[in-house]
Amino acid sequence: MVEGVKLRVLAAMSGGVDSAVAAARAVEAGHDVTGVHLALSKNPQTYRTGARGCCTIEDSRDARRAADVIGIPFYVWDMAERFHEDVVEDFYAEYAAGRTPNPCLRCNEKIKFAAVLDRAMALGFDAVATGHYARKGDDGLLRRAVDPAKDQSYVLAVLNPAQLAHSMFPLGDTPKDLVRVEAEERGLAVARKPDSHDICFIADGDTSGFLKNKLGSKEGEIVDAASGEVLGSHDGAHQFTVGQRHGLGLKRPAADGKPRYVLSITPVDNRVEVGPREALRVDRIHTGAPVWLGPERTEPFEAEVQLRAHGEVYPATVVPSPKGLRAELHQGAFGVAAGQALVVYDPDAAEHNDASAGVGDRGDAVLCSGTIDATGLNDAAVSSGSAAGV
Amino acid sequence: MPYLDHAATTPMLPESLDAYVRVARELGNASSLHGSGRSARRTVEESRERLSEALGAKPSELVFTGSGTEADNLAVKGMHWARRTEARNRVVTTAIEHHAIADAVAWLGDHERADVTELPVDEVGRVKVEALAELLAERAAEITAITCMWANNEVGTLQPLEEIAALAEAHGIPVHTDAVQAVGHVAVDFGASGVDSLALSGHKLGGPAGAGALLLRRDTKVTPLLHGGGQEREIRSGTLDVPGIAALAEAAVIAVSRQKDEATRLAALRDDLVERIRAAVPDAIYNGDPVDRLPGNAHFSFPGCEGDALLMLLDAAGVECATGSACSAGIAQPSHVLLAMGAGEFDARSSLRFTLGWSTTQADVDALLAALPESVERARSAGLS
Repeated sequence: MVEGVKLRVLAAMSGGVDSAVAAARAVEAGHDVTGVHLALSKNPQTYRTGARGCCTIEDSRDARRAADVIGIPFYVWDMAERFHEDVVEDFYAEYAAGRTPNPCLRCNEKIKFAAVLDRAMALGFDAVATGHYARKGDDGLLRRAVDPAKDQSYVLAVLNPAQLAHSMFPLGDTPKDLVRVEAEERGLAVARKPDSHDICFIADGDTSGFLKNKLGSKEGEIVDAASGEVLGSHDGAHQFTVGQRHGLGLKRPAADGKPRYVLSITPVDNRVEVGPREALRVDRIHTGAPVWLGPERTEPFEAEVQLRAHGEVYPATVVPSPKGLRAELHQGAFGVAAGQALVVYDPDAAEHNDASAGVGDRGDAVLCSGTIDATGLNDAAVSSGSAAGV
Repeated sequence: MPYLDHAATTPMLPESLDAYVRVARELGNASSLHGSGRSARRTVEESRERLSEALGAKPSELVFTGSGTEADNLAVKGMHWARRTEARNRVVTTAIEHHAIADAVAWLGDHERADVTELPVDEVGRVKVEALAELLAERAAEITAITCMWANNEVGTLQPLEEIAALAEAHGIPVHTDAVQAVGHVAVDFGASGVDSLALSGHKLGGPAGAGALLLRRDTKVTPLLHGGGQEREIRSGTLDVPGIAALAEAAVIAVSRQKDEATRLAALRDDLVERIRAAVPDAIYNGDPVDRLPGNAHFSFPGCEGDALLMLLDAAGVECATGSACSAGIAQPSHVLLAMGAGEFDARSSLRFTLGWSTTQADVDALLAALPESVERARSAGLS
């Protein structure tokens, strides 16, 4: 999208400060902006204390008030059914399969930049703007935001080039604290609204209880991976995530006194294996079919990979194939859970070496991504991080 | 601005606005005994006389309320409470009532353990009188009250109220009617209608929002919703809104006096609108009774379009209309009226209501027709999500 061109922009407004400022910036950039709040819950709760999300009537009202202040038309789109099918059901299914899904990523992939974008385009809009912290380079690549603590390029790395071409992220060049200041200056009442951290469809933040409700409780064993010794019990393998250390409820400490971690989850026999941190170490990551945000590559290449939202970055050799990516990490990573995305970044040489490079091409660029299927160690047999296997 | 949503609210008549402003400048609580109070009381009583006369009611049959919703709640809950016994605990309503009735009745069912019977409608949205006749033959002794709207707010179909009132009278059961969409738009004569109570609202007929009234026969007992100063025959406590009452009466008297001519004018504009929509969008479904309906109402389903999307596109083109009755969270639900008429869920979500009023001109209809075909095409390509 060329700068200075007036576009018809649909601003997705969650009722939070980020999407409100993003919408205001889109207006200021000269676009014809319409605000839309996505109703994602069939039964929006009237009020929710403490937890923050994007599903309450208060959020809808906050979004409407922000749209009033910005001076744009505002509508609510009911996406509850799609959201339930594509995000919530997927969330259950992934946990039931012993994996650890990222619902924000799924929502971006299936709802915001698919169902909503498609509908917007059909209705005559040119682009969807959101309050995500990410940048789009002049080259059209998705890049990290300038605020590393807020960077959300990871959860956007599922967008294909066509979706990306019709997306706008007006906040990518600004640190979060300045966005709040800006909201205040613009008279947006949401300026001081707390950030949303939890999963929006789990009102009380109790993921474990949410899963138990749907998937039920079923007692199973917690087993020492090395010795096979039964160390304790649990009431459902879906309660666990690979790399999890707390909440195991083991009565006896390990012989060496070191903490134990979840190494693998096998839903078929409801079994959770634990062991020392060292046993979590992996340096081979395998994914399902990749999404290429940049030009597709066929030969192995050097890059950086990120294995969960706001997680560490690892230098790696990435071996692409149409069926999946294989990342060979130069050093080991710990606690890599199947179901999360492996996002491949091209480190931003310009940002590190050449301060005079154009702003439009700053930030690590996302090359491709894939959902992690399995992990392993160099030359060792690939050990499935989950029941999903390879 | 082409405004085709007069059933949601219609502009205040200049005379009504003038009356409002004039009276609002005056001091006085209509319950006070001194000169200012007497002056305010006089305005209220003159308004009561004028309004009741315009609607074929006696002044003593008129209770001022704060809205049509309040009048509906007062009538339905009030009659039920006043008449219920161990053996008599059933409210009869219809499948197409406005939320002001539907939710009040549902509340009686959920929270007061009332039995509820919903009368079905035919495919044009007219209540099936024979269903009431059958019900009365079996259960008349159980029924506290019957409620049926005068004209439907979504599809505009006029209801067989006289027949319903005649059936009910034979069993001594009071009948309430929500006439919010009817007063000022079709001929309404409370005395001749046979109903026991009738709700109306100021802002649907050229008066202010926040002013409504219940016409209530003197011999019909209702238990009040509000307790306090005992105003309005102790049926509706609360300091009287004198300017609102004056403006409501002014608007209603004018609307009723112009009703016949205005109905002819609007029906002609509406018929033109309908004909041209059918020509522009041949598969559009014209909902409701094609003849026996509110003169300013045209209601269509546009197969394959989401009503929401159409509304947004027309709004962007400067044409204002509605999908049906609004929802508090702004989330469109399939219309319960269309579902009751036998429409599928998709058709029930693909509808738009165009309602004309006293300020509507041919130019408004032309503006709609200029914008509609492209909007339908776009909405259709966006499909039903």
